[in-house]
Amino acid sequence: MKSGRFWAWVVFILGAAYFFIPLIATVEFSMRMRRGAYSFDAYQIVLGDARFQATFMYSVVAAIFTIILGVLVVVPAAYWIRLRLPQIRPVVEFITLLPLVIPAIVIVFGYIRMYGSNSPLPFLANDTATNALLVIGYATLSLPYMYRAVDTGLRTIDVRTLTEAAQILGAGWSTIITRVILPNVLIAVLSGAFLTFAIVIGEFTMASLLNRPAFGPYLQNIGANRAYEPAALAIIAFAITWGCMSLIQILSRFAPKSANRPN
Amino acid sequence: MTDLSLSNKAIAGKTAPPSEARALRLPTQWLGVAPFFIFAVMFLILPTLYLMLGAFQNEAGEFTLENIAALSEPNIVAAYWISIKVSLASALIGAFAGLAIAIAIVRGGLPDWIRSATLTFSGVASNFAGVPLAFAFLATLGRLGLATVLLNALFGLNIYAHGFNILSFWGLTLTYVYFQIPLMVVIIVPAIDGLKKEWGEAAATLGATTAQYWRMVVIPVIWPSFLGTVILLFANAFGAIATAYALTGSSLNIVPILLYAQIRGDVLHNAHLGYAIAFGMIVITGLANVFYIWFRTRSERWLK
Repeated sequence: MKSGRFWAWVVFILGAAYFFIPLIATVEFSMRMRRGAYSFDAYQIVLGDARFQATFMYSVVAAIFTIILGVLVVVPAAYWIRLRLPQIRPVVEFITLLPLVIPAIVIVFGYIRMYGSNSPLPFLANDTATNALLVIGYATLSLPYMYRAVDTGLRTIDVRTLTEAAQILGAGWSTIITRVILPNVLIAVLSGAFLTFAIVIGEFTMASLLNRPAFGPYLQNIGANRAYEPAALAIIAFAITWGCMSLIQILSRFAPKSANRPN
Repeated sequence: MTDLSLSNKAIAGKTAPPSEARALRLPTQWLGVAPFFIFAVMFLILPTLYLMLGAFQNEAGEFTLENIAALSEPNIVAAYWISIKVSLASALIGAFAGLAIAIAIVRGGLPDWIRSATLTFSGVASNFAGVPLAFAFLATLGRLGLATVLLNALFGLNIYAHGFNILSFWGLTLTYVYFQIPLMVVIIVPAIDGLKKEWGEAAATLGATTAQYWRMVVIPVIWPSFLGTVILLFANAFGAIATAYALTGSSLNIVPILLYAQIRGDVLHNAHLGYAIAFGMIVITGLANVFYIWFRTRSERWLK
Protein backbone atom coordinates (compact mmCIF):
# COMPACT_ATOMS: atom_id res chain seq x y z
CA MET A 1 0.00 0.00 0.00
CA LYS A 2 2.94 2.31 0.77
CA SER A 3 4.35 1.94 -2.74
CA GLY A 4 0.84 2.43 -4.15
CA ARG A 5 0.63 5.81 -2.52
CA PHE A 6 4.10 6.67 -3.78
CA TRP A 7 3.10 5.93 -7.37
CA ALA A 8 -0.13 7.86 -6.95
CA TRP A 9 1.90 10.91 -5.97
CA VAL A 10 4.25 10.42 -8.92
CA VAL A 11 1.33 10.21 -11.37
CA PHE A 12 -0.40 13.18 -9.82
CA ILE A 13 2.72 15.36 -9.85
CA LEU A 14 3.55 14.44 -13.47
CA GLY A 15 -0.02 15.25 -14.48
CA ALA A 16 0.00 18.52 -12.57
CA ALA A 17 3.27 19.46 -14.27
CA TYR A 18 1.85 18.77 -17.72
CA PHE A 19 -1.21 20.90 -16.99
CA PHE A 20 0.42 23.76 -15.11
CA ILE A 21 3.59 24.31 -17.15
CA PRO A 22 1.67 25.58 -20.22
CA LEU A 23 -0.39 27.89 -18.01
CA ILE A 24 2.70 29.27 -16.27
CA ALA A 25 4.49 29.59 -19.60
CA THR A 26 1.56 31.46 -21.10
CA VAL A 27 1.34 33.86 -18.16
CA GLU A 28 5.08 34.43 -18.34
CA PHE A 29 5.01 34.94 -22.10
CA SER A 30 2.08 37.34 -21.91
CA MET A 31 4.07 39.57 -19.52
CA ARG A 32 7.25 39.68 -21.60
CA MET A 33 6.11 42.43 -23.96
CA ARG A 34 8.18 45.22 -22.43
CA ARG A 35 11.88 44.49 -22.89
CA GLY A 36 13.77 43.55 -19.74
CA ALA A 37 10.84 43.75 -17.32
CA TYR A 38 7.59 41.95 -16.67
CA SER A 39 4.55 44.08 -17.39
CA PHE A 40 0.87 43.89 -18.17
CA ASP A 41 1.32 45.80 -21.43
CA ALA A 42 -0.06 42.98 -23.55
CA TYR A 43 -3.23 42.88 -21.44
CA GLN A 44 -3.62 46.65 -21.65
CA ILE A 45 -3.26 46.60 -25.42
CA VAL A 46 -5.69 43.70 -25.79
CA LEU A 47 -8.33 45.09 -23.45
CA GLY A 48 -8.03 48.53 -25.00
CA ASP A 49 -8.39 47.21 -28.54
CA ALA A 50 -11.70 48.33 -30.03
CA ARG A 51 -11.97 45.12 -32.04
CA PHE A 52 -11.50 43.06 -28.89
CA GLN A 53 -14.40 44.87 -27.23
CA ALA A 54 -16.61 44.67 -30.32
CA THR A 55 -16.00 40.98 -31.06
CA PHE A 56 -16.21 39.99 -27.40
CA MET A 57 -19.55 41.78 -27.01
CA TYR A 58 -20.76 40.19 -30.23
CA SER A 59 -19.96 36.73 -28.87
CA VAL A 60 -21.51 37.48 -25.48
CA VAL A 61 -24.74 38.55 -27.17
CA ALA A 62 -24.60 35.50 -29.46
CA ALA A 63 -24.12 33.29 -26.40
CA ILE A 64 -27.12 34.84 -24.62
CA PHE A 65 -29.36 34.32 -27.64
CA THR A 66 -28.01 30.78 -27.98
CA ILE A 67 -28.96 30.04 -24.39
CA ILE A 68 -32.47 31.48 -24.86
CA LEU A 69 -32.99 29.49 -28.06
CA GLY A 70 -31.60 26.37 -26.43
CA VAL A 71 -33.97 26.70 -23.46
CA LEU A 72 -36.96 27.32 -25.75
CA VAL A 73 -36.19 24.23 -27.80
CA VAL A 74 -35.08 21.87 -25.05
CA VAL A 75 -37.20 22.60 -21.97
CA PRO A 76 -40.67 22.03 -23.49
CA ALA A 77 -39.46 18.89 -25.27
CA ALA A 78 -37.73 17.40 -22.22
CA TYR A 79 -40.77 18.23 -20.06
CA TRP A 80 -43.24 16.78 -22.51
CA ILE A 81 -41.25 13.60 -22.89
CA ARG A 82 -41.20 13.08 -19.12
CA LEU A 83 -44.92 13.81 -18.87
CA ARG A 84 -46.52 12.22 -21.90
CA LEU A 85 -44.14 10.64 -24.38
CA PRO A 86 -41.56 8.56 -22.52
CA GLN A 87 -41.60 6.13 -25.46
CA ILE A 88 -39.79 8.58 -27.75
CA ARG A 89 -37.01 9.30 -25.24
CA PRO A 90 -34.44 7.05 -27.01
CA VAL A 91 -35.06 8.86 -30.31
CA VAL A 92 -34.63 12.28 -28.72
CA GLU A 93 -31.53 11.21 -26.81
CA PHE A 94 -30.05 9.89 -30.03
CA ILE A 95 -30.75 13.19 -31.81
CA THR A 96 -29.23 15.24 -28.99
CA LEU A 97 -26.05 13.16 -29.26
CA LEU A 98 -25.71 13.79 -33.01
CA PRO A 99 -23.81 17.09 -32.61
CA LEU A 100 -21.07 15.07 -30.90
CA VAL A 101 -20.97 12.71 -33.89
CA ILE A 102 -21.22 15.25 -36.70
CA PRO A 103 -18.29 17.68 -36.55
CA ALA A 104 -19.23 21.37 -36.32
CA ILE A 105 -17.47 22.10 -39.57
CA VAL A 106 -19.72 19.60 -41.37
CA ILE A 107 -22.88 21.09 -39.85
CA VAL A 108 -21.96 24.62 -40.88
CA PHE A 109 -20.94 23.40 -44.35
CA GLY A 110 -24.44 21.97 -44.66
CA TYR A 111 -25.95 25.31 -43.61
CA ILE A 112 -23.91 27.21 -46.17
CA ARG A 113 -25.03 24.89 -48.95
CA MET A 114 -28.65 24.54 -47.87
CA TYR A 115 -29.48 28.09 -46.79
CA GLY A 116 -27.51 30.03 -49.40
CA SER A 117 -28.80 33.25 -50.93
CA ASN A 118 -30.87 31.56 -53.63
CA SER A 119 -32.41 28.83 -51.50
CA PRO A 120 -36.02 28.93 -50.26
CA LEU A 121 -34.76 29.93 -46.80
CA PRO A 122 -31.95 32.40 -47.59
CA PHE A 123 -30.25 32.70 -44.19
CA LEU A 124 -27.09 33.97 -45.82
CA ALA A 125 -28.83 36.77 -47.71
CA ASN A 126 -28.33 39.47 -45.08
CA ASP A 127 -26.44 40.09 -41.85
CA THR A 128 -29.37 39.72 -39.44
CA ALA A 129 -30.35 36.37 -40.90
CA THR A 130 -26.74 35.15 -40.86
CA ASN A 131 -26.43 36.20 -37.21
CA ALA A 132 -29.58 34.18 -36.55
CA LEU A 133 -28.06 31.20 -38.38
CA LEU A 134 -24.93 31.46 -36.22
CA VAL A 135 -27.06 31.42 -33.06
CA ILE A 136 -28.96 28.43 -34.44
CA GLY A 137 -25.68 26.67 -35.16
CA TYR A 138 -24.45 27.36 -31.63
CA ALA A 139 -27.73 26.08 -30.19
CA THR A 140 -27.15 22.88 -32.17
CA LEU A 141 -23.64 22.52 -30.75
CA SER A 142 -24.92 23.00 -27.20
CA LEU A 143 -27.86 20.62 -27.65
CA PRO A 144 -26.15 17.59 -26.01
CA TYR A 145 -25.16 19.58 -22.91
CA MET A 146 -28.39 21.54 -22.60
CA TYR A 147 -30.62 18.49 -22.98
CA ARG A 148 -28.65 16.43 -20.48
CA ALA A 149 -28.63 19.25 -17.94
CA VAL A 150 -32.38 19.89 -18.22
CA ASP A 151 -33.27 16.20 -18.24
CA THR A 152 -31.21 15.62 -15.10
CA GLY A 153 -33.00 18.54 -13.46
CA LEU A 154 -36.42 17.18 -14.41
CA ARG A 155 -35.51 13.77 -13.02
CA THR A 156 -35.25 15.20 -9.51
CA ILE A 157 -38.75 16.72 -9.47
CA ASP A 158 -42.12 15.02 -9.72
CA VAL A 159 -43.20 16.43 -13.06
CA ARG A 160 -46.58 14.71 -13.15
CA THR A 161 -47.71 15.76 -9.68
CA LEU A 162 -46.56 19.34 -10.13
CA THR A 163 -48.35 19.56 -13.47
CA GLU A 164 -51.59 18.15 -12.16
CA ALA A 165 -51.49 20.36 -9.08
CA ALA A 166 -51.01 23.40 -11.30
CA GLN A 167 -53.85 22.30 -13.55
CA ILE A 168 -56.19 21.84 -10.63
CA LEU A 169 -55.39 25.42 -9.65
CA GLY A 170 -56.40 26.45 -13.18
CA ALA A 171 -53.01 27.05 -14.79
CA GLY A 172 -52.63 26.82 -18.57
CA TRP A 173 -49.68 25.20 -20.35
CA SER A 174 -47.60 28.35 -20.67
CA THR A 175 -48.11 29.15 -16.98
CA ILE A 176 -47.17 25.62 -16.00
CA ILE A 177 -43.92 25.71 -17.97
CA THR A 178 -42.82 29.24 -17.09
CA ARG A 179 -44.02 29.43 -13.46
CA VAL A 180 -43.94 25.86 -12.19
CA ILE A 181 -41.50 23.73 -14.19
CA LEU A 182 -38.87 26.29 -15.15
CA PRO A 183 -38.27 27.63 -11.60
CA ASN A 184 -37.87 24.06 -10.39
CA VAL A 185 -35.24 23.18 -12.99
CA LEU A 186 -33.65 26.64 -13.00
CA ILE A 187 -30.40 25.42 -11.46
CA ALA A 188 -30.08 22.71 -14.09
CA VAL A 189 -30.92 25.15 -16.88
CA LEU A 190 -28.31 27.58 -15.56
CA SER A 191 -25.58 24.91 -15.49
CA GLY A 192 -26.44 24.10 -19.09
CA ALA A 193 -26.38 27.81 -19.85
CA PHE A 194 -22.91 28.41 -18.40
CA LEU A 195 -21.52 25.39 -20.21
CA THR A 196 -23.06 26.73 -23.42
CA PHE A 197 -21.48 30.10 -22.71
CA ALA A 198 -18.04 28.54 -22.24
CA ILE A 199 -18.37 26.64 -25.52
CA VAL A 200 -19.78 29.50 -27.57
CA ILE A 201 -17.64 32.43 -26.41
CA GLY A 202 -14.47 31.45 -28.28
CA GLU A 203 -16.01 29.26 -30.97
CA PHE A 204 -14.06 29.60 -34.20
CA THR A 205 -15.27 27.28 -36.96
CA MET A 206 -18.88 28.34 -37.41
CA ALA A 207 -18.27 32.05 -36.85
CA SER A 208 -15.38 32.06 -39.28
CA LEU A 209 -17.16 30.15 -42.05
CA LEU A 210 -20.28 32.32 -41.71
CA ASN A 211 -18.04 35.43 -41.76
CA ARG A 212 -19.30 36.76 -38.44
CA PRO A 213 -17.25 39.31 -36.45
CA ALA A 214 -17.09 37.02 -33.41
CA PHE A 215 -14.45 36.54 -30.71
CA GLY A 216 -13.09 33.23 -32.08
CA PRO A 217 -12.06 34.57 -35.51
CA TYR A 218 -10.63 37.66 -33.78
CA LEU A 219 -8.48 35.41 -31.57
CA GLN A 220 -7.25 33.51 -34.60
CA ASN A 221 -6.47 36.74 -36.42
CA ILE A 222 -4.45 38.12 -33.48
CA GLY A 223 -2.64 34.81 -33.18
CA ALA A 224 -1.54 34.99 -36.80
CA ASN A 225 -0.30 38.59 -36.56
CA ARG A 226 0.95 39.35 -33.05
CA ALA A 227 3.46 37.88 -30.62
CA TYR A 228 2.51 38.59 -26.99
CA GLU A 229 -1.15 39.51 -27.20
CA PRO A 230 -2.25 35.93 -28.02
CA ALA A 231 -0.78 34.72 -24.73
CA ALA A 232 -2.69 37.41 -22.85
CA LEU A 233 -5.86 36.40 -24.70
CA ALA A 234 -5.30 32.74 -23.85
CA ILE A 235 -5.12 33.64 -20.15
CA ILE A 236 -8.29 35.73 -20.43
CA ALA A 237 -10.06 32.85 -22.22
CA PHE A 238 -8.89 30.41 -19.57
CA ALA A 239 -10.22 32.71 -16.86
CA ILE A 240 -13.61 32.87 -18.60
CA THR A 241 -13.81 29.07 -18.88
CA TRP A 242 -12.76 28.77 -15.24
CA GLY A 243 -15.43 31.29 -14.22
CA CYS A 244 -18.18 29.40 -16.07
CA MET A 245 -17.17 26.05 -14.55
CA SER A 246 -16.94 27.51 -11.05
CA LEU A 247 -20.43 28.96 -11.39
CA ILE A 248 -21.72 25.53 -12.42
CA GLN A 249 -20.05 23.97 -9.36
CA ILE A 250 -21.45 26.61 -7.03
CA LEU A 251 -24.92 26.15 -8.55
CA SER A 252 -24.75 22.38 -8.22
CA ARG A 253 -24.38 22.82 -4.46
CA PHE A 254 -27.78 24.49 -4.39
CA ALA A 255 -29.40 21.96 -6.69
CA PRO A 256 -30.49 19.13 -4.35
CA LYS A 257 -32.00 21.50 -1.79
CA SER A 258 -34.30 23.21 -4.24
CA ALA A 259 -35.07 20.05 -6.17
CA ASN A 260 -36.13 17.70 -3.38
CA ARG A 261 -38.38 20.21 -1.71
CA PRO A 262 -40.91 18.41 0.46
CA ASN A 263 -44.57 18.79 -0.37
CA MET B 1 -62.17 22.07 -18.39
CA THR B 2 -59.93 20.25 -20.79
CA ASP B 3 -57.00 20.79 -18.49
CA LEU B 4 -58.75 19.07 -15.62
CA SER B 5 -59.17 15.87 -17.56
CA LEU B 6 -55.45 15.39 -18.06
CA SER B 7 -54.85 12.72 -15.46
CA ASN B 8 -57.94 10.77 -16.52
CA LYS B 9 -56.72 10.75 -20.07
CA ALA B 10 -53.28 9.71 -19.02
CA ILE B 11 -54.71 6.83 -17.05
CA ALA B 12 -57.08 5.92 -19.85
CA GLY B 13 -54.15 5.95 -22.25
CA LYS B 14 -52.30 3.46 -20.11
CA THR B 15 -55.05 0.85 -20.07
CA ALA B 16 -56.89 0.15 -23.31
CA PRO B 17 -57.10 3.26 -25.43
CA PRO B 18 -60.07 3.37 -27.76
CA SER B 19 -58.58 3.85 -31.17
CA GLU B 20 -60.82 6.84 -31.85
CA ALA B 21 -59.68 8.79 -28.81
CA ARG B 22 -56.07 8.06 -29.64
CA ALA B 23 -56.44 9.37 -33.16
CA LEU B 24 -57.97 12.58 -31.83
CA ARG B 25 -55.31 13.06 -29.20
CA LEU B 26 -52.26 12.50 -31.32
CA PRO B 27 -51.75 16.01 -32.74
CA THR B 28 -51.77 17.70 -29.33
CA GLN B 29 -49.56 14.94 -27.95
CA TRP B 30 -46.85 15.87 -30.42
CA LEU B 31 -47.27 19.63 -30.11
CA GLY B 32 -44.98 19.83 -27.07
CA VAL B 33 -42.04 18.19 -28.84
CA ALA B 34 -42.74 19.79 -32.22
CA PRO B 35 -40.31 22.73 -31.79
CA PHE B 36 -37.54 20.34 -30.87
CA PHE B 37 -38.13 18.06 -33.84
CA ILE B 38 -38.56 20.92 -36.31
CA PHE B 39 -35.31 22.44 -35.02
CA ALA B 40 -33.44 19.14 -35.16
CA VAL B 41 -34.66 18.27 -38.65
CA MET B 42 -34.05 21.71 -40.14
CA PHE B 43 -30.70 22.49 -38.61
CA LEU B 44 -29.10 19.16 -37.86
CA ILE B 45 -30.52 16.32 -39.90
CA LEU B 46 -31.41 17.94 -43.24
CA PRO B 47 -28.11 19.85 -43.68
CA THR B 48 -26.20 16.66 -42.94
CA LEU B 49 -28.33 14.59 -45.30
CA TYR B 50 -27.95 17.30 -47.94
CA LEU B 51 -24.16 16.90 -47.81
CA MET B 52 -24.35 13.11 -47.72
CA LEU B 53 -26.58 13.04 -50.80
CA GLY B 54 -24.42 15.67 -52.48
CA ALA B 55 -21.43 13.36 -52.07
CA PHE B 56 -23.15 10.98 -54.50
CA GLN B 57 -24.10 13.58 -57.10
CA ASN B 58 -22.21 15.40 -59.82
CA GLU B 59 -22.62 19.08 -60.74
CA ALA B 60 -25.65 18.23 -62.87
CA GLY B 61 -27.35 16.47 -59.97
CA GLU B 62 -26.96 12.96 -61.38
CA PHE B 63 -25.97 9.98 -59.27
CA THR B 64 -22.27 9.24 -59.31
CA LEU B 65 -19.57 7.50 -57.30
CA GLU B 66 -16.83 9.69 -58.74
CA ASN B 67 -16.65 11.99 -55.71
CA ILE B 68 -16.19 9.07 -53.36
CA ALA B 69 -13.60 7.60 -55.72
CA ALA B 70 -11.82 10.97 -55.81
CA LEU B 71 -11.22 10.67 -52.07
CA SER B 72 -8.36 8.36 -53.04
CA GLU B 73 -6.36 11.32 -54.39
CA PRO B 74 -2.99 11.30 -52.61
CA ASN B 75 -3.39 14.64 -50.78
CA ILE B 76 -6.86 13.69 -49.49
CA VAL B 77 -5.72 10.24 -48.37
CA ALA B 78 -2.75 11.91 -46.67
CA ALA B 79 -5.08 14.32 -44.88
CA TYR B 80 -7.32 11.51 -43.61
CA TRP B 81 -4.30 9.49 -42.59
CA ILE B 82 -2.68 12.24 -40.54
CA SER B 83 -6.04 13.14 -38.97
CA ILE B 84 -6.59 9.53 -37.94
CA LYS B 85 -3.04 9.28 -36.59
CA VAL B 86 -3.28 12.49 -34.54
CA SER B 87 -6.74 11.57 -33.22
CA LEU B 88 -5.73 8.02 -32.35
CA ALA B 89 -2.42 9.01 -30.74
CA SER B 90 -3.97 11.80 -28.68
CA ALA B 91 -6.90 9.55 -27.70
CA LEU B 92 -4.63 6.71 -26.55
CA ILE B 93 -2.15 8.92 -24.69
CA GLY B 94 -5.01 10.92 -23.19
CA ALA B 95 -6.84 7.75 -22.18
CA PHE B 96 -3.93 6.01 -20.47
CA ALA B 97 -2.69 9.16 -18.75
CA GLY B 98 -6.25 10.05 -17.75
CA LEU B 99 -6.83 6.54 -16.39
CA ALA B 100 -3.61 6.68 -14.39
CA ILE B 101 -4.56 10.04 -12.89
CA ALA B 102 -8.10 8.86 -12.16
CA ILE B 103 -6.84 5.73 -10.37
CA ALA B 104 -4.29 7.82 -8.48
CA ILE B 105 -6.87 10.27 -7.16
CA VAL B 106 -9.61 7.71 -6.42
CA ARG B 107 -7.60 4.72 -5.17
CA GLY B 108 -4.14 6.11 -4.50
CA GLY B 109 -4.74 7.23 -0.94
CA LEU B 110 -4.08 10.88 -1.78
CA PRO B 111 -5.70 13.59 0.35
CA ASP B 112 -9.34 14.32 -0.43
CA TRP B 113 -8.80 17.87 -1.60
CA ILE B 114 -6.60 16.58 -4.43
CA ARG B 115 -9.48 14.55 -5.79
CA SER B 116 -11.94 17.43 -5.83
CA ALA B 117 -9.35 19.92 -7.09
CA THR B 118 -8.40 17.55 -9.92
CA LEU B 119 -12.02 17.02 -10.90
CA THR B 120 -12.73 20.76 -10.92
CA PHE B 121 -9.63 21.44 -12.95
CA SER B 122 -10.53 18.64 -15.37
CA GLY B 123 -13.93 20.23 -15.95
CA VAL B 124 -12.22 23.46 -16.90
CA ALA B 125 -9.37 22.00 -18.96
CA SER B 126 -11.64 19.67 -20.95
CA ASN B 127 -13.47 22.79 -22.12
CA PHE B 128 -10.33 24.81 -22.67
CA ALA B 129 -9.84 23.97 -26.32
CA GLY B 130 -9.84 25.86 -29.55
CA VAL B 131 -7.72 28.87 -30.41
CA PRO B 132 -6.55 29.87 -26.89
CA LEU B 133 -5.16 26.39 -26.26
CA ALA B 134 -2.99 26.76 -29.34
CA PHE B 135 -1.69 30.09 -27.99
CA ALA B 136 -0.83 28.47 -24.68
CA PHE B 137 1.21 25.75 -26.37
CA LEU B 138 2.96 28.21 -28.65
CA ALA B 139 3.98 30.12 -25.52
CA THR B 140 5.23 26.87 -23.97
CA LEU B 141 6.81 24.82 -26.74
CA GLY B 142 7.11 27.32 -29.58
CA ARG B 143 10.56 28.43 -30.64
CA LEU B 144 10.56 31.13 -27.95
CA GLY B 145 8.32 29.26 -25.52
CA LEU B 146 9.17 28.97 -21.85
CA ALA B 147 9.74 25.21 -21.87
CA THR B 148 11.88 25.40 -25.02
CA VAL B 149 14.02 28.21 -23.62
CA LEU B 150 14.37 26.63 -20.15
CA LEU B 151 15.29 23.21 -21.52
CA ASN B 152 17.98 24.87 -23.60
CA ALA B 153 19.28 27.08 -20.77
CA LEU B 154 19.21 24.48 -17.99
CA PHE B 155 20.06 21.25 -19.76
CA GLY B 156 21.50 22.49 -23.03
CA LEU B 157 18.78 20.57 -24.80
CA ASN B 158 17.61 22.33 -27.93
CA ILE B 159 14.48 20.40 -28.79
CA TYR B 160 14.12 22.14 -32.14
CA ALA B 161 17.61 21.01 -33.13
CA HIS B 162 16.47 17.47 -32.30
CA GLY B 163 13.65 17.66 -34.80
CA PHE B 164 10.79 18.68 -32.54
CA ASN B 165 8.39 21.23 -33.95
CA ILE B 166 5.14 22.42 -32.38
CA LEU B 167 3.75 22.66 -35.94
CA SER B 168 4.07 18.93 -36.48
CA PHE B 169 2.31 15.66 -35.77
CA TRP B 170 3.76 15.37 -32.26
CA GLY B 171 3.25 19.04 -31.52
CA LEU B 172 -0.42 18.81 -32.40
CA THR B 173 -0.85 15.50 -30.54
CA LEU B 174 0.76 16.90 -27.39
CA THR B 175 -1.58 19.90 -27.60
CA TYR B 176 -4.72 17.79 -28.09
CA VAL B 177 -3.76 15.68 -25.06
CA TYR B 178 -4.37 18.80 -22.96
CA PHE B 179 -8.13 18.44 -23.40
CA GLN B 180 -8.15 14.66 -23.89
CA ILE B 181 -6.72 13.74 -20.46
CA PRO B 182 -9.23 15.84 -18.47
CA LEU B 183 -12.11 14.48 -20.54
CA MET B 184 -10.94 10.95 -19.73
CA VAL B 185 -10.67 11.80 -16.02
CA VAL B 186 -14.18 13.30 -15.94
CA ILE B 187 -15.72 10.26 -17.64
CA ILE B 188 -13.72 7.44 -16.03
CA VAL B 189 -13.75 8.55 -12.37
CA PRO B 190 -17.42 7.53 -11.92
CA ALA B 191 -16.54 4.13 -13.43
CA ILE B 192 -13.73 3.63 -10.91
CA ASP B 193 -16.02 4.85 -8.12
CA GLY B 194 -18.44 2.16 -9.27
CA LEU B 195 -16.01 -0.59 -8.30
CA LYS B 196 -17.63 -1.96 -5.19
CA LYS B 197 -15.59 -2.40 -2.04
CA GLU B 198 -17.19 -5.83 -1.61
CA TRP B 199 -15.49 -7.08 -4.76
CA GLY B 200 -12.09 -6.27 -3.32
CA GLU B 201 -13.02 -7.93 -0.01
CA ALA B 202 -14.45 -10.96 -1.79
CA ALA B 203 -11.28 -11.30 -3.86
CA ALA B 204 -9.13 -11.00 -0.74
CA THR B 205 -11.24 -13.60 1.07
CA LEU B 206 -10.71 -16.00 -1.80
CA GLY B 207 -6.97 -15.46 -1.45
CA ALA B 208 -6.36 -13.19 -4.41
CA THR B 209 -3.24 -11.06 -4.48
CA THR B 210 -3.51 -7.36 -5.35
CA ALA B 211 -2.24 -8.09 -8.83
CA GLN B 212 -4.85 -10.81 -9.32
CA TYR B 213 -7.58 -8.51 -8.04
CA TRP B 214 -6.61 -5.90 -10.62
CA ARG B 215 -6.15 -8.35 -13.46
CA MET B 216 -9.29 -10.41 -12.87
CA VAL B 217 -11.75 -7.92 -11.36
CA VAL B 218 -10.84 -4.27 -11.90
CA ILE B 219 -9.61 -4.35 -15.47
CA PRO B 220 -12.47 -6.47 -16.87
CA VAL B 221 -15.03 -4.17 -15.20
CA ILE B 222 -13.42 -0.91 -16.31
CA TRP B 223 -12.42 -2.18 -19.77
CA PRO B 224 -15.66 -1.43 -21.66
CA SER B 225 -16.01 2.12 -20.36
CA PHE B 226 -12.31 2.65 -20.97
CA LEU B 227 -12.53 1.52 -24.61
CA GLY B 228 -15.74 3.47 -25.08
CA THR B 229 -14.08 6.63 -23.83
CA VAL B 230 -11.04 6.09 -26.07
CA ILE B 231 -13.43 6.11 -29.02
CA LEU B 232 -15.17 9.23 -27.75
CA LEU B 233 -11.81 10.97 -27.42
CA PHE B 234 -10.94 9.87 -30.95
CA ALA B 235 -14.10 11.39 -32.40
CA ASN B 236 -13.55 14.48 -30.27
CA ALA B 237 -10.11 15.07 -31.77
CA PHE B 238 -11.10 14.06 -35.29
CA GLY B 239 -13.65 16.84 -35.75
CA ALA B 240 -11.62 19.55 -34.00
CA ILE B 241 -10.21 22.27 -36.19
CA ALA B 242 -9.74 25.53 -34.27
CA THR B 243 -6.71 24.41 -32.23
CA ALA B 244 -4.94 22.94 -35.23
CA TYR B 245 -5.72 25.90 -37.46
CA ALA B 246 -4.50 28.45 -34.91
CA LEU B 247 -1.42 26.34 -34.17
CA THR B 248 -0.25 25.42 -37.61
CA GLY B 249 -2.18 27.58 -40.05
CA SER B 250 -2.56 25.29 -43.01
CA SER B 251 0.91 23.77 -42.77
CA LEU B 252 -0.42 20.56 -41.22
CA ASN B 253 -2.95 19.16 -43.65
CA ILE B 254 -5.54 17.43 -41.45
CA VAL B 255 -9.02 16.69 -42.85
CA PRO B 256 -10.96 19.47 -41.07
CA ILE B 257 -8.42 22.04 -42.29
CA LEU B 258 -8.66 20.67 -45.82
CA LEU B 259 -12.46 20.90 -45.65
CA TYR B 260 -12.19 24.41 -44.18
CA ALA B 261 -10.02 25.54 -47.09
CA GLN B 262 -12.42 23.87 -49.54
CA ILE B 263 -15.45 25.68 -48.06
CA ARG B 264 -13.64 29.04 -48.08
CA GLY B 265 -12.23 28.84 -51.57
CA ASP B 266 -13.04 25.63 -53.41
CA VAL B 267 -9.35 24.67 -53.40
CA LEU B 268 -10.20 21.25 -54.82
CA HIS B 269 -12.05 22.80 -57.77
CA ASN B 270 -15.00 20.50 -57.32
CA ALA B 271 -17.80 21.49 -54.94
CA HIS B 272 -19.07 17.94 -54.66
CA LEU B 273 -15.65 16.65 -53.63
CA GLY B 274 -16.11 18.82 -50.53
CA TYR B 275 -19.35 16.94 -49.85
CA ALA B 276 -17.47 13.67 -50.18
CA ILE B 277 -14.85 14.79 -47.64
CA ALA B 278 -17.62 15.76 -45.22
CA PHE B 279 -19.27 12.40 -45.87
CA GLY B 280 -16.02 10.63 -45.07
CA MET B 281 -15.73 12.51 -41.77
CA ILE B 282 -19.29 11.59 -40.79
CA VAL B 283 -18.63 7.94 -41.65
CA ILE B 284 -15.52 7.84 -39.45
CA THR B 285 -16.99 9.64 -36.43
CA GLY B 286 -20.28 7.78 -36.92
CA LEU B 287 -18.57 4.38 -36.88
CA ALA B 288 -16.59 5.46 -33.82
CA ASN B 289 -19.82 6.34 -32.03
CA VAL B 290 -21.51 3.07 -32.94
CA PHE B 291 -18.67 1.33 -31.11
CA TYR B 292 -18.93 3.83 -28.28
CA ILE B 293 -22.63 3.10 -27.73
CA TRP B 294 -21.92 -0.62 -27.89
CA PHE B 295 -19.20 -0.43 -25.25
CA ARG B 296 -21.30 1.93 -23.15
CA THR B 297 -24.20 -0.52 -22.91
CA ARG B 298 -21.75 -3.25 -21.94
CA SER B 299 -20.17 -1.15 -19.19
CA GLU B 300 -23.53 -0.06 -17.75
CA ARG B 301 -24.25 -3.65 -16.80
CA TRP B 302 -21.66 -3.40 -14.03
CA LEU B 303 -22.02 0.14 -12.90
CA LYS B 304 -25.61 0.16 -11.69
